[in-house]
Amino acid sequence: MTHTIEHTGPGAPAAQSDTMLEVSGLNGWYGESHVLHDINLRVGSGEVVTLLGRNGAGKTTTLKAIMGLLKTRSGSIRFQGHEVIDTPARSIAKMGVGYVPDDRGIFGSLSVLENLLLPPKVAEGGFDLPDIYELFPNLQERLDSYGNKLSGGEQQMLSIARILRTGARFVLMDEPTEGLAPVIIHQIGHTVRRLKKAGFTILLVEQNFHFARELADRHYIVQEGRIIDEFRNDEVTENLDKIQGYLGI
Amino acid sequence: MFELLGIPPQALFGQVLLGLINGSFYAVLSLGLAVIFGLLNIINFAHGALYMMGAFVAWMLLTYLGIPFWAALVVSPMIVGGIGMVIERTMLRPLHDLDHLYSLLLTFGLTLVITGLFQNFYGVSGKPYPIPAVLTGVVNLGFMFLPIYRAFIIVMAVIVCFATWFLIEKTRLGSYLRAATENPEMVSAFGINVPLLVTLTYGFGVALAAFAGVLAAPVYSVNPVMGNDIIIVVFAVIVIGGMGSIMGAIIGGFGLGVVEGLTKVFYPEASTTIIFIIMALVLLLKPSGIFGREV
Repeated sequence: MTHTIEHTGPGAPAAQSDTMLEVSGLNGWYGESHVLHDINLRVGSGEVVTLLGRNGAGKTTTLKAIMGLLKTRSGSIRFQGHEVIDTPARSIAKMGVGYVPDDRGIFGSLSVLENLLLPPKVAEGGFDLPDIYELFPNLQERLDSYGNKLSGGEQQMLSIARILRTGARFVLMDEPTEGLAPVIIHQIGHTVRRLKKAGFTILLVEQNFHFARELADRHYIVQEGRIIDEFRNDEVTENLDKIQGYLGI
Repeated sequence: MFELLGIPPQALFGQVLLGLINGSFYAVLSLGLAVIFGLLNIINFAHGALYMMGAFVAWMLLTYLGIPFWAALVVSPMIVGGIGMVIERTMLRPLHDLDHLYSLLLTFGLTLVITGLFQNFYGVSGKPYPIPAVLTGVVNLGFMFLPIYRAFIIVMAVIVCFATWFLIEKTRLGSYLRAATENPEMVSAFGINVPLLVTLTYGFGVALAAFAGVLAAPVYSVNPVMGNDIIIVVFAVIVIGGMGSIMGAIIGGFGLGVVEGLTKVFYPEASTTIIFIIMALVLLLKPSGIFGREV
């Protein structure tokens, strides 16, 4: 069962948080194969929560199911109290959910500026372009470049930046550090921390445990399409061996 | 009068002009096909029939309702585009997840049905459609006589091609379209209604075909099989230009029209096959087409 927990981690909101997302009994299929089994998880407003697990554990699929991109799914996904299990992706996006996919989803035939301006605004209070350029100076220098000419790090920044413009306050972020140089990972960590401070709610899929540990309030461990354990960030140190065992690191 | 390569200039420029006119139709038709192919990934075999329908709707508007050419130029593409949207929603959408061959066969079947229906009601002899009064007559350019309506066709085709290119490459709506062509799932995850975009795009491509049909009505007689011959050439044009390429469709359309015209001057025997010879060469040397992206 999910329950409200007190945050004691660094930078966590002091008060108990309202539930932003509540997933219960979520099952998912790719064609005939049953890939998600009774997933239960909860993300409170303003929290950064990670899904940790090995390759192929079902983390990305869970995000896709929440975003409405997994065709066959059942169970319950409640976003801000609304049931969205049968809602198409475009309507979920309009409710204020931003999606940063694992392949970054940059459009190669569109310029950086076009990529940035592509997602329609879904709510007031999004970042405007100067805010984004301040956060990601590299992007401003490359506005006219095509998406397929960007480095992996630049694509990742663009993928995050274009969501910030929309006013979405809940972001599903899929392995933002994958394949990137440490200096870029550091910059992305800095960005996530800033978003958290600004009150964003983030569900983060990660394989990079050290990255996750520095940012998150809570962690779910995903294995073979199931959530098998859950830790608050302040419980990580005492459970380190156990977590490393789960992740195979 | 001077001669070029032993060819009288009237003949040469006359054929270039004819080539540009044919090229205008090739360009507008292949542009519609390219737009549809880009987003829907289907080869719209019904394009020729919808071009014919555009001409017929203009003829009906004039004959039954007295609506003149100028209004028909706008109204007919809207009506036929609307029919296209109904076709997309009711027939093409259910085939979306199947192999491309199914939609090809469906649109091929539609062509037979549409053409057959019009033949049944209007026969095959064709209906005359008058050139609007202000566009009748010719201008003497010194080296040749230019029929005003023919010049009008070229100008309209250039305007429509440019406007379509601008819409797709330079506007917000066009960026949605290009993005959805690349990754429709991601575009829907931003809250954009991709199925609606698909319907509108098909309707727009069909409207371009109907627009070409209205332009053609006064020069070719309006007849149920008018789309059959031209569509084969148009398919060759988009193969040469590159499937789904906007620029390829426009430049390929006009360019190949002119090449065809010039062939009529210098080697008339090959004039009907030259485009297919070029298509074969392009397929051998650069299968993705001159402006197509390598896959």
